Amino acid sequence: MEALEIFLNVNFWAASLRIASPLIFGVLGALICERAGVLNLGIEGIFVAGAMAGWMAVWLGAGLWGGVAVAAFAGAFFGLIHAILTIPLGLSQHVSGLGVTMLATSASYFTYRTALPDVSSPPRIVPFQPLDIPILSDLPFLGPVLFQQTAMTWLAIILVGVVWWVLNRTPLGLAVRAVGDNPDAVDAQGLSVYGLRIGAVVVGSSLMALGGAFLTMSAFDAFFFGMINGRGWIAIALVIFASWRPGKALLGALLFGAFDAFQVRLQTQVGAFVPSQIFLMAPYVLSIIALVLLARGADYPRALLKPWFKGQR
Amino acid sequence: MKKDLVLSLNKLSKRFGKVIANDAVSIELHRGEVLALLGENGAGKTTLMNMLFGHYLPDSGSVEVADSSGNMHPLPLGNPQAALAAGIGMVHQHFALAENLTALDNILLGSEKLFSLGRNTSAARAKINGIMERTGLTAPLDELVGRLSVGERQRVELLKALYRDARILVLDEPTAVLTPQEADALFKNIGAMTKEGLSVIFISHKLREVLAFSHRIAVLRHGKKVGEMETAKADQRSIARMMVGEDSPVTKREKLDPGKPVLHLNAVRVTGKSARNSLHGVDLTVNAHEIVGIAGVSGNGQNALAMLVSGLVSPDEGELSVEDNIITRFNPAAFIKAGIGRIPEDRHHHGVVGAMSVAENLVIERLDDTEVQNRGFLRSGAIGAIAEKLSKNYDVRGPGAEAPARLLSGGNIQKLILARVFECAPKLILANQPTRGLDLGAANEVSRRLLEARGRGAGVLLISEDLDEILALSDRVMVIHDGRINAANTTDRQAIGMMMAGEAA
Amino acid sequence: MIRIEPRETTSRLWNIGVPILSAVIALGFAAIPLALAGANIAEAYYQMGRGVFGSVFAFTEMLTRATPLIFTGLAATLAFRAKLWNIGAEGQLYLGAMAAVVVGTGAIDAPAIVLVPIVLLAGAAAGAAGMAGPAYLKNRFGADEVVTTLLLNFVILIFLQMMLEGPLKDPMSLGWPQSEPIVDNAALPRLLDRMRIHAGLILALVVAVISHIMLSKSVWGFKLRAVGENAAAALHAGIGVKRSLMGAAIVSGAVAGLAGVSEVAGLKGYLTADLSPGFGFTGIVVAMLAGLSPIGVVISAVFIASVFVGADSMSRAMGVSSFLADLVVSLSLICVLIGGFVSNYRFVRTAKRAA
Repeated sequence: MEALEIFLNVNFWAASLRIASPLIFGVLGALICERAGVLNLGIEGIFVAGAMAGWMAVWLGAGLWGGVAVAAFAGAFFGLIHAILTIPLGLSQHVSGLGVTMLATSASYFTYRTALPDVSSPPRIVPFQPLDIPILSDLPFLGPVLFQQTAMTWLAIILVGVVWWVLNRTPLGLAVRAVGDNPDAVDAQGLSVYGLRIGAVVVGSSLMALGGAFLTMSAFDAFFFGMINGRGWIAIALVIFASWRPGKALLGALLFGAFDAFQVRLQTQVGAFVPSQIFLMAPYVLSIIALVLLARGADYPRALLKPWFKGQR
Repeated sequence: MKKDLVLSLNKLSKRFGKVIANDAVSIELHRGEVLALLGENGAGKTTLMNMLFGHYLPDSGSVEVADSSGNMHPLPLGNPQAALAAGIGMVHQHFALAENLTALDNILLGSEKLFSLGRNTSAARAKINGIMERTGLTAPLDELVGRLSVGERQRVELLKALYRDARILVLDEPTAVLTPQEADALFKNIGAMTKEGLSVIFISHKLREVLAFSHRIAVLRHGKKVGEMETAKADQRSIARMMVGEDSPVTKREKLDPGKPVLHLNAVRVTGKSARNSLHGVDLTVNAHEIVGIAGVSGNGQNALAMLVSGLVSPDEGELSVEDNIITRFNPAAFIKAGIGRIPEDRHHHGVVGAMSVAENLVIERLDDTEVQNRGFLRSGAIGAIAEKLSKNYDVRGPGAEAPARLLSGGNIQKLILARVFECAPKLILANQPTRGLDLGAANEVSRRLLEARGRGAGVLLISEDLDEILALSDRVMVIHDGRINAANTTDRQAIGMMMAGEAA
Repeated sequence: MIRIEPRETTSRLWNIGVPILSAVIALGFAAIPLALAGANIAEAYYQMGRGVFGSVFAFTEMLTRATPLIFTGLAATLAFRAKLWNIGAEGQLYLGAMAAVVVGTGAIDAPAIVLVPIVLLAGAAAGAAGMAGPAYLKNRFGADEVVTTLLLNFVILIFLQMMLEGPLKDPMSLGWPQSEPIVDNAALPRLLDRMRIHAGLILALVVAVISHIMLSKSVWGFKLRAVGENAAAALHAGIGVKRSLMGAAIVSGAVAGLAGVSEVAGLKGYLTADLSPGFGFTGIVVAMLAGLSPIGVVISAVFIASVFVGADSMSRAMGVSSFLADLVVSLSLICVLIGGFVSNYRFVRTAKRAA
C-alpha cells in the first residue's frame, strides 16, 4: 500500500512533470519533422548538442535565455544537415539520422573536452529556478506541483499549445500536414515541398535541442558525457504513442514521466529485494512494449520516409 | 466561329535522356473551347501538359497565356506557381490530394497567406459553394479526402482549379477511373463551365468520348503533333489512323471450345481494409482455352481479386480451387507451384526487383528449381543461359541480362514478366491491367501471348479497366462492382457500362 | 536551373572511388576542429600516421581494433541488405560477450579444440537471439525495429551491469563489476608474440568471405537481397519475406555476438561494462563506407580503426581530445552518404527559359 501513497505525494507529481519536460520538447520536435514526412533519428545527438551548447553558452556568460537560444540554434544547425541530406538529396532518413546523431554527439563531446581539458568534476552553472506564478501556485495540490517547475517546463507546456495551434489552425500547419501525406498535392498548389520540409526539420530539431538544454540548464546544472542516455530514442517511440498529435504527446510524456518517477520511488521502498537495474531498465522496456502494442494501429504520415524529387511524378 | 485565343504553346520540345518526349509541338486554345488531346500511351500528351503546368521545364519553346482581359503574355516556364497565377489549372490522372485533410483544406491549400496566425474560411466557403452551384460539381467540403469516393475526389480536384480562378483547365485522362455514366456527368459539368468562358484541354485515348464532347481534336504521335481538326469533321476511323499511324491490327481470336475448369471460386469472401480490397461472395470459373475478362471501374474489388488469385490474401469464406484441387495454403509460392502465372498490375513495383539484374528477375519465381540452384547455391552459368534464351524468345531489349531491371522500359519489363510467367507453362494466367501504359507494339505482343496461352490450353483471367481490351480479348465478360462479380452475357458497351455503375442492365 | 536526375549506370571506379574520397575528405575536415583546438595541424596528422604505421606494434594494435569493427560492420551489412535496420549491434555484442563468459569461465571443462567452438557458438546464439526478438516483433506486430533495437541496447547494457554485480561477478575482483577471467582453453589464441592481435581477426576475415559468398551466390542471399530491394515484388514472386527478414536478423545478430566473443575471449580476457566503446554503432559507419559489401567492410574497418588508433596516439602526444576520432568517423559517414548520392544521381543544368 505504501506504493500507492506515492501518488498522493506532491513531490512525485512535481518530479513526473520535471522528467516529462525534456521529452515534451523532444516529442514535439520529432512530431513536427514526421508530420512533414521526415524521420529524424538525429534526435539523440541533437539532444546532446542542445545540452552542451546551451550549458556552455551560460557558462561563458550568455545568460540563461541566451543559452536557450544558443541551444535552439545548435539544434537548427544539425537539423539543417539532416534536412539537406534527406530532402533535396533524398538519402536514407535512417542512416542520415544516425549519422547526424554521431556527428552532433562527437562534435559536442570534442568541443566540451577541448574547452575544458583538465576538469575532474564538471563545472556548474546557476540553472533556471522554480517559477512562482501568483494565483496558480496557490491552488491546492496542483499549486505546489507547479511551483516546483522552472520557466523551461512552462515553455514546454506552452509549446504544446503553440504547435497544436500552428498545425491545426494555420495555413502553414495545413501545408506541413499535407506535405507529410502527399507532397504532390503541395507541389500542385504551388507551394515548395522542399521549403516546407526543410523548415519543419529545422524547427523540429531546434525544439529537440531545447529538450537537451533542459537537462543541463534546468534539471541539472552541468554537462556530463552520456547524460542523454536514450531520451531521444524514447521520444521517437513516444511520437508513435502520441499518434503524431501534440496533445497526446504531452499526455505520453507525462505518463512516461510519472512511470519513471514512480519506479525511482518504488525502488527506495523495495530496493533491498530487487536489483536496482530492474528499475533502470523499466523505462526502455515500457517504451518497447508501448511501441509493440500500438504499432499495428499506428497511422503513420503516408509520405514518411519517402523521398520526393521535383519533376518526378 | 472565331473565338479569342487564350493559350498558345509554341514549338515545345522535351527529351528525357535519349527519348524525345515532345518534338516542337504547337497548340492553340480558344475561349470556351474543349480541345481533346489524343494519342497512344507514350505519345507525349502528359509530358506536354506537365510542361504547360511547370512540372517539367521544356528544352526549348515557349508558352503564351491570355490574362483576364484577353492580352497574351509569355508564361515563365518550369514554375507551377506562375502557371497557377496565370489561371491554368491541371487535374492529374493520379490525384494530387492530401488524404489527411478535408476537401475544403485541399482546395484552400496554398491559396492562403502561409504565415498567418489563424484562418478564416467563410469567404472561401461561400465562393466554393457558388462554384458548386454554377457548375454542378459537388463534394462534401468537410469530409477528409481519404474518405471520399474516386468521383468525389475528382470533383475536389476540379474545384481546386476553379477556386483559383482557372480560365484554362487541363484534365489528364479524367474518365480513366469513372464509369461511363459518371464520365457523361463530368462532361456535362465541363459543358456548363465552358459556357462561363472556361477553356478545357482534356487528354484521352478514348475515341468515343472525344468525338462526343470536344470541339477540336489534336493528335500526338511519337512526341509530334500529327494532326488537328474540328471534331465535327472527324470520324473514329480517321482519328484512329492518325493516332497509330496505320489501321490498328485487329486482334484475331479464333473460336475455341472451353475445356475443363482451371480456376474456380466458390462463394469467396475477402474482407479488406476498404471496399476496394474486399470481395463479397464471388463465384467465378475460368476454363481451359478461355479468356475471362473482368470489366469494372477501378476500386471495385479488382485489387482483392488479383491479390486472392496471386496468393497474397486468403479468403475469409468460400473456396478457391485450381483444376480439381481445393487450395488451402494461400501464399504466392504455393500458387506458383499450383500452376498460376501472375502478371501484376503495378509491374514496376510488384513485377520486378528493379535493383536486381534482368537475369535474376527472370528466375526469381523458380528459385527452388534445380535448374537454377544446386544445394542452396545459385547456378550462375545456367541462370545466364536461361536469361539469354528468354530475352531472345520474348524480345526483352535493354542493356543486357546482367543490367539492373530498372533500366528497362515499361514494355520490356512487361516482356520480362511475360517470359517468366509463360516459360513455366501455367494452367491459369492472371493478367491484371496487362497493357496499361504500354505502347501499341508491346500491348499487341501481350495480347498475342495471352491468346497463344489460351490456344495452348491455359485459362486466362483478364482484369482490365479498358473495356475495348476486354471486348477484344475475352470469350466471356464479367463485371465487377462493389466486390461482386456478375456475368455480362452481352458485348453491348452501354449495358456493360450500366453494370459497371452498379445498375442492372 | 538545376535538376537532379538518376544516373543510368554507375561505373566501378565510382563505386570504389567515392568511399575512398569520402574518407579522405572526412580526414581533411578534421583539420577544422584541430585548428580550433589550437593544434599544429601537420604535426597532428603526422602523429596520427605514426600511431598506425609507426611500428609493427602500432600496426597490430590497429588490426586488433579493426577486428570487432569487421564483425559489427558485417552485422550491419547483412541486416541493411535486407533493409532490416538493426541498430542494436552494440547490445548484441554484449549478449555475445556475456554468453562467452557464461560458458568460458570454467563452467565447461574441455580442451581448446572443443571449448573455443562452444564459446563462439554460444556468443553467436546469444547475439542472434538479441536480434531475433526485434525481428519477431516487426514481423508479428509491425513494431519498427529501429526503435526497438535502439532501446534494447540500453536494456541489455543495464542487464549486463546487473549480471556483473550479480551472478557473473568475479569474487576476486575486489568489488569491481567485472566477470571472472576466460579460461585458457576458451581463449582465442594470440597471433604474434608480445602483441595483442588475436585469432578473432582471422575469424572476422573468414566471416567476411562467407558473408560475401552467401549474399552473392546463395539462394538465401538472393532472397535476402530481393526482400531488401523491393519487398513487395519479392513477396509477389513467392519469396517468404518475413522468413528472409528473420534469417537476416539471426545472422546479423550472430555476427554482432561474435564481435563480443572476440573482444572477451581474444583481447580482454574478462568482461566489463565498457568492453565496447560503441563498436556496434561504428559498425554502421563501417558498413555504409563499404557500400554494404562484406569484402569492403574489411577495408573500411581498417580505415576506421586507423582513425581511432591514430587519433588516440595523436591525442596522447599532443593533448587534443580523442573525441576527434569519433568526429572524423561520423563525418566520413556523412561524406560517404553525399558521395553515394553523387554517384547515383547527377545534376543536370537545364536550359534557362526563353524570355
